[in-house]
Amino acid sequence: MSSDAKPPDLVMPPPEDVPMAVQLTGITKRFPGVVANSDINIAVRRGTVHALVGENGAGKSTLMKTLYGMHQPEEGTIRVDGAEVSFNSPAQAIAVGIGMVHQHFMLADNLTVWENIVLGSEPTSGGRLDVRQARARIDELGRRYGLMVDSGALVEVLGVGARQRVEILKVLYRGAKILILDEPTAVLVPQEVDELFGNLRELKAEGLTIIFISHKLDEVRSIADDITVIRRGTTVGTADPRSVTNRQLAEMMVGSALPVPELRESTVTERVVLQLAGVSVAGSVVGGRDVLSDIGLAIHAGEVLGIAGVEGNGQAELVDAIMGIRPIAGGSIELAGKDIGHLSTSARRESGVGFIPEDRQRQGLILEGSLWENRILGHQTRRPSARGFLLDRAAAKADTQRIVETFDVRTPGIEVTAASLSGGNQQKLIVGREMSEDPVLLIASHPTRGVDVGAQAAIWEHLRMARAVGLAVLLISADLEELIGMSDRLTVILRGRLTGAYDPRTVTTEQLGAAMTGAGDEHVGEVA
Amino acid sequence: MTGSRGRRILLGAAAPVGALVFSLLITSLLLIATGHSPFEAFGAMASAFERVRVILGTINQTAVFYLSAVAVAIGFKMNLFNIGVDGQYRLAAMMSAVVAGAAFMDSLPSFLRIAITLLVAMVVGASWAGVAALLKVTRGVSEVISTIMLNAIATFLIAYLLTPQMLAVLEGNNISTPKITEGGQLPVFQFEGSTTPLYSGVFLAVIVGVIYALVLSRTVFGFSLKATGMSETAAIASGISVKKMIVSAMLLSGAVAGLVGMPELLNGSAASYSLNFPTGIGFTGIAIALLGRNHPVGMIFSALLWAALDSSANALQGVGVPRELVTIMQGVIVLSVVVAYEFVRRYRLVLEARDVARALAARNPQEATL
Amino acid sequence: MGMGTESEVAVPLPRYRLQSNLRPVMWLAIAAAGIAVVSLVRIWTGADNLDSSGAIQAAITAAVPIALAGLSGLWSERAGVVNIGIEGMMILGTFGAGYAGYQWGPWAGVFFGVVCGLLGGLLHALVTVTVGVDHIISGVAINILAPGLALYLSRLVFTDAPGGGQRQSPPVADVGRITLPLISDWLGEIEAKGWFFVSDLAGIVRGFCTNLSLLSVLAAVLIALSGWVLWRTRLGLRLRSVGEAPYAAESLGVNVYWYKYIAVMISGGLAGLAGAFLVVGLKFQDGQTGGRGFIGLAAMIFGNWRPGGMAMGAGLFGYTDGVQQYDSSGSAMHAFLILVAITLIVVAILQYRAGHPVVAAVAAVIAALCLWWFSATDELPQQLVKAAPYAITLLVMALASQNLRMPKADGLIYRKGGS
Repeated sequence: MSSDAKPPDLVMPPPEDVPMAVQLTGITKRFPGVVANSDINIAVRRGTVHALVGENGAGKSTLMKTLYGMHQPEEGTIRVDGAEVSFNSPAQAIAVGIGMVHQHFMLADNLTVWENIVLGSEPTSGGRLDVRQARARIDELGRRYGLMVDSGALVEVLGVGARQRVEILKVLYRGAKILILDEPTAVLVPQEVDELFGNLRELKAEGLTIIFISHKLDEVRSIADDITVIRRGTTVGTADPRSVTNRQLAEMMVGSALPVPELRESTVTERVVLQLAGVSVAGSVVGGRDVLSDIGLAIHAGEVLGIAGVEGNGQAELVDAIMGIRPIAGGSIELAGKDIGHLSTSARRESGVGFIPEDRQRQGLILEGSLWENRILGHQTRRPSARGFLLDRAAAKADTQRIVETFDVRTPGIEVTAASLSGGNQQKLIVGREMSEDPVLLIASHPTRGVDVGAQAAIWEHLRMARAVGLAVLLISADLEELIGMSDRLTVILRGRLTGAYDPRTVTTEQLGAAMTGAGDEHVGEVA
Repeated sequence: MTGSRGRRILLGAAAPVGALVFSLLITSLLLIATGHSPFEAFGAMASAFERVRVILGTINQTAVFYLSAVAVAIGFKMNLFNIGVDGQYRLAAMMSAVVAGAAFMDSLPSFLRIAITLLVAMVVGASWAGVAALLKVTRGVSEVISTIMLNAIATFLIAYLLTPQMLAVLEGNNISTPKITEGGQLPVFQFEGSTTPLYSGVFLAVIVGVIYALVLSRTVFGFSLKATGMSETAAIASGISVKKMIVSAMLLSGAVAGLVGMPELLNGSAASYSLNFPTGIGFTGIAIALLGRNHPVGMIFSALLWAALDSSANALQGVGVPRELVTIMQGVIVLSVVVAYEFVRRYRLVLEARDVARALAARNPQEATL
Repeated sequence: MGMGTESEVAVPLPRYRLQSNLRPVMWLAIAAAGIAVVSLVRIWTGADNLDSSGAIQAAITAAVPIALAGLSGLWSERAGVVNIGIEGMMILGTFGAGYAGYQWGPWAGVFFGVVCGLLGGLLHALVTVTVGVDHIISGVAINILAPGLALYLSRLVFTDAPGGGQRQSPPVADVGRITLPLISDWLGEIEAKGWFFVSDLAGIVRGFCTNLSLLSVLAAVLIALSGWVLWRTRLGLRLRSVGEAPYAAESLGVNVYWYKYIAVMISGGLAGLAGAFLVVGLKFQDGQTGGRGFIGLAAMIFGNWRPGGMAMGAGLFGYTDGVQQYDSSGSAMHAFLILVAITLIVVAILQYRAGHPVVAAVAAVIAALCLWWFSATDELPQQLVKAAPYAITLLVMALASQNLRMPKADGLIYRKGGS
């Protein structure tokens, strides 16, 4: 992919005499067969929030692991407060004042908060753990930085926001002056995001430096003082959050003009394919409500219904309920007029439901299996993969070849394991598989997440084509542009309910964003 | 196309061969340390096979071990550790022996008697495994612990039932189940120069092996089994009922386990079940399944190796070496083969990643993915 | 898969936790109530050996090796390494104790037994921690290797030794035993009176202070020490963290491999000690461990991976094992059925109140079956009694599975830098 777009006007931080809190120069990190980082150059000013943005797979996490001492770079230097350092383990990075808050929390559920925090730096007195001192220190830190948490509680009872506070306290307990936060808002609801940003501003006021990795450009622009963009393992430039736009940032991340998701003419018919009425899914959520309540929607043949929402508001459970992976507590689900609420997942698939799952590596593929074996997955009870109770390997292999060609899956052959394909090619394989056998309904959950731009464009094109011949699609995505561009109708899911009906041709991302966070109109009812 | 087929087979065979060599090395060191000559010991073991009786006995044992390994392998394919094969096969052998030796069987035609015996064995084996399966899917109890417990319970249950007051009979000094009369056993093949015949039970093992191979590679059920074992989450999303798979796998495993005792029961001269019935075959099955990587053909070789080692153990006495040397060899083989497999697996992953990256880069120089 | 990375998908475990932090006063009250119930049953059935001092002594002797095996499993699993090979390590311990014990005295035997077990632990650690092989496979392999090795060496070393044989060693002297002089006799008199509650209490206490092996005392000390180290010291916290969330520990600079090694080697040493206990005062014999390694694992599960609970489980299993051998009349084990039934009824009530009616019903049905069995027979068949520890463990796992909490990363194959 060539780099066409010019980066927006670079606003370099004014030169100062104070050394940078962190300075990475020429960092290169290689793994067998892959160059994860190459010639990275970043300068982080003391006492600022510095955002690191880039696509999935751009190399941000690898870079931070290098900075945190989890592995060593092949080339390049790291400077902390002006002094050159080299880390052989996280312990050394911690000693220099760097603390990492991981994207996937590193907490032991069965241990208490204080045990989790002091682990590795435990205070002792006379051979025993000094519990009182530990808890006193933790409580004091909590008060000082506004990170309130019960130090004696078991971690397993804590909610997501509290767990994150524990993670932050972990690094502060060790005297971190430089915090690295890896996708911290990925699992937070909007209210928790605001709390977190408030905490970050307080930390900044106390003189701490924060490196913030994210791909949520709105948040990045609201909290960061500086932005560095990484693309395909290397730094491509910096940006000023006050003046740069999301689109400019996205283009820097991708390196070329973005493909525009768009439908052309309307292909919506009168025939209802999927109908939900009064569907609810039980389960306790913070606040005591059900995971899903009173869900009603209808999707017609040739129509794409998009559902926008912040992660954790019930989308995943809705998908599971329609697929039969999760039982519903009430309501009805009808496919082309037939009640499928009591059918097994297998039966629903056989009735013509295709499923692109959110987590392709855990739900969509068997990583150690070959491509043609993955073709069979999910379709093992029907042709062409099977005839009766026998597998039809030849037909499956032939059809896999067809999918590879039609959907442009880049692979040396169909015998390789799915694990050896890149994310985008894996997703293309899954899309190709799920759209075989002419489904009537397609559940597409974050279909282009973590997928390179070329594959993204291809997947959108295939969705368009299928829609034109009558496929009904339920599209769930966190990418608002994708939702607006690819949907015929839009709705928002918030706290387990569907709210609002929006016309993609007229709605703006701001409107949707507001509705997703609950600031907009709360209109509960059926989205027909 | 990742590496030639030849390379894959080579890599696949590297581990067990390496393990065997390593085991020979370790046991040689042990022999030397305890004042024996490795050449003498191994020579004695090899010379045991000059007798036809030993060769035939080895083949008979191979069949039995293979059945046990298949039973374990069915579980392994689903990531289930059916350590309970041992208890399952003994309980099944005893109960089917009781039925086979019962009075009413005398009036039935031969093939019916055999069929009933086999059926009872499979049902008992499956039921005993079913207890563990039930506990797992309803209460989430690990099948590792429950099958270990069930093994012990089976041992004591058998001891309790194998008394004259219960299901056994007293013949002279021996307590055993009633003898199976003429017509209730399978034929054997006598060979010249050997007091031990070839068991027709060997064909039973072959049939089971073929069915195992076919089911795994050619049926939807086999596909679902392997898929669930490799990724439970993907299996659920694809519509497979994991609970049903767990129960099916355990029941099938138990059913095959039940057949483990059949060659001995239906071909052996004792024609009954007593405390002299071979024990410990369940654990042997685990080792053989590991060695053969759950592969229908691989397990034949590992079963053969195991049986050959067992058969040659007696010959060691002649040179003053304790026969437990063979057990030690077997233990070392198991340990070293799993270690070797782990190394081979990692090496293979690295190779494949490199291959794919290279192949893709060669096709599209500017498309080399990260 | 195996034990640690259990399928949460197949059975969504309900989130319920047994209140395990009862105050000491509550424990005393429960103990007193328990003794009262036992006493009543004793008087009603006339089974004096239900809690006589002789029976208690037999129970202790049977319980100690089980408790040590359970402690062995506990140390290993708390660090996330499943140890099925305890039985094999115990066998190595029996050989070491036999070899050194008949030549240099019982304490030399104990030392060598521990060392041999420790070597077995080292092997297990090498294979599971450094190489990354599945824990259960390694354990099974050790269980194949150890008996073979022990018997091989036995044939070579013990055959020509005075008093030995192909499969056994010469006799090994016993370690010292403690009997509290005056108290023991005094309690004996009270016990003989057969009074309700008081005599039972006297008998139980007397069992603990008569002819008590020093190794039993050592075992008790080790159990208490393990609890203290694991929950109150730095080493213990790090070790447990390695079994709960190894990657979290790694990210905080804890050397995960190191703590796993320590844990598994201690585990091996304890298993060796268990084996040594069996040999001391007797001799090494092929097959003498008799599956105690697995009963020890059962005790560990019964005790919810905590030393105190594990000791109770070991005590229970040791009781069924020891009393059944000690009490030739068989009446004690017969009466034991009533105790089992009563316990199950209590469990049923507790589970019902916790909102699990099905489990409560199952417990009640089994209780009824036990009572029926008691009334329908005069004596329990010896073979079935031997199956008691295993059946009880199955029962506990089936009825109380939602309360059991194994260390979260138990059985996980950890690789440094992975995650």
